[in-house]
Amino acid sequence: MNFVDLSVWDVAAVSGFVLLNGILSVWLSLGIARQLLVAAVRMVVQLAAVGAVLTLLFDVASLPWTLAMALVMVLFAGREIMARQSQRITGWWGYGLGTATMSIGAAMVTLVALLGSLQPEPWYDPRYAIPLFGMMLGNAMTGISLGLDTLTTAVVRDRAAIETRIALGAARFEALRPTMREAMRRGLMPMINSMAATGVVFLPGMMTGQILAGIDPAQAVKYQLLIMFLIAGATGLGLLTAVVGGTWRLTDHRHRLRPDRLAGPR
Amino acid sequence: MSLVVSGLSSPLLYDCHLAVSDGEIVALRGASGSGKSAFLRAVADLDPNEGDVWLDDVPRSAMTGPEWRRRVRYAAAETAWWADRVGEHFRAPYEAAGMAVEVGLSDDCMTWQVARLSTGEKQRLGFLRAVEDSPPVLLLDEPTAALDADAEEAVERLIQRHRSNGTAIVLVTHSDNQADRLADRRLRISNGRLSDDHR
Repeated sequence: MNFVDLSVWDVAAVSGFVLLNGILSVWLSLGIARQLLVAAVRMVVQLAAVGAVLTLLFDVASLPWTLAMALVMVLFAGREIMARQSQRITGWWGYGLGTATMSIGAAMVTLVALLGSLQPEPWYDPRYAIPLFGMMLGNAMTGISLGLDTLTTAVVRDRAAIETRIALGAARFEALRPTMREAMRRGLMPMINSMAATGVVFLPGMMTGQILAGIDPAQAVKYQLLIMFLIAGATGLGLLTAVVGGTWRLTDHRHRLRPDRLAGPR
Repeated sequence: MSLVVSGLSSPLLYDCHLAVSDGEIVALRGASGSGKSAFLRAVADLDPNEGDVWLDDVPRSAMTGPEWRRRVRYAAAETAWWADRVGEHFRAPYEAAGMAVEVGLSDDCMTWQVARLSTGEKQRLGFLRAVEDSPPVLLLDEPTAALDADAEEAVERLIQRHRSNGTAIVLVTHSDNQADRLADRRLRISNGRLSDDHR
């Protein structure tokens, strides 16, 4: 592998572009200079921190530390799902459903990749496990938060129609089938769109990074395909369990609709 | 089949008791917000509630929710629709079209678009949808509120036919005249409590 080793000064030099945006903002009084600065500083600090943590983690390469890192990522992603709901399921279910289904989907697919396709030594080598799990988690998070938001919003919007079907004798999953279908479709859409546009409209960031780092494009493409298929698996699995679980929670053992288990918009 | 309600309670209802024999119509009246719809919904087990309800001598708890609601059918005052065409909301659209003619609708109404239905058409079709499979108990929430005199009479004829076939019916109505025409017995509900309606 041959790649151009970046110095701190190389990076610092191009950060001038952000500064340029800041100057533009002040000059045109866009009022976003502060936000821009904060975001840029946050990015630098967060990435520097994660770089340091990953370096440590790669050196240690132990299963408990890898799992601990994965757990921290899960907790942050779970909060993010919560924050993206306009109607939230009350109680522990609100946080637990999205977090659990996202973790299960991402973990299953990551394990398949580690034990089947990539087979690093040891199998939990954080150099493979953590970036892979992170990518699965991020995509499952997007799909699940969209799907759950669609489900809960539709339950409130279509309450009368759903209850009419229930009153006519439909079981809960029958009465909510159109709602579940809508939620699944919305949740899968970003993944389908990115698969369809990949390579034509944009080169995926991971692949670009690999090519810049000196890897043969054909090899980089294979990695990208692997990742995209894994993402499809993680999103689909996580989303399906989240939508089924959400429907389960928004109905009860007598097959009644329970919108009282939703907290309205904040 | 006969319906027996005993000690039905919910956040909106207090210890309600009611017995309706097969082939009987009980009219239920009360001011807005008194708990009429809440009572019918609780009997159909659409909202969380406590108490015992029997169909003949089978308790509600011996059936699943869907099994119960296929026998004890609630028809809401406001109809709701989920598909584009009327026929998609019916179990047997072809047979239902025959009934539709009896309540003054045309026999091609099953192909109509839901979006173009008038309030009165919606109410009649919603009523037909609830009764098409002749459930043994009907809980009707103001089934003729949006109808003109002719259509109201036609719907009442259908209700009476269900009664003579042995259906037990609870009818929420605002109209004194309708209660006079149809009801074998009258009840009043206020603040979630049932009582006999002495005029």
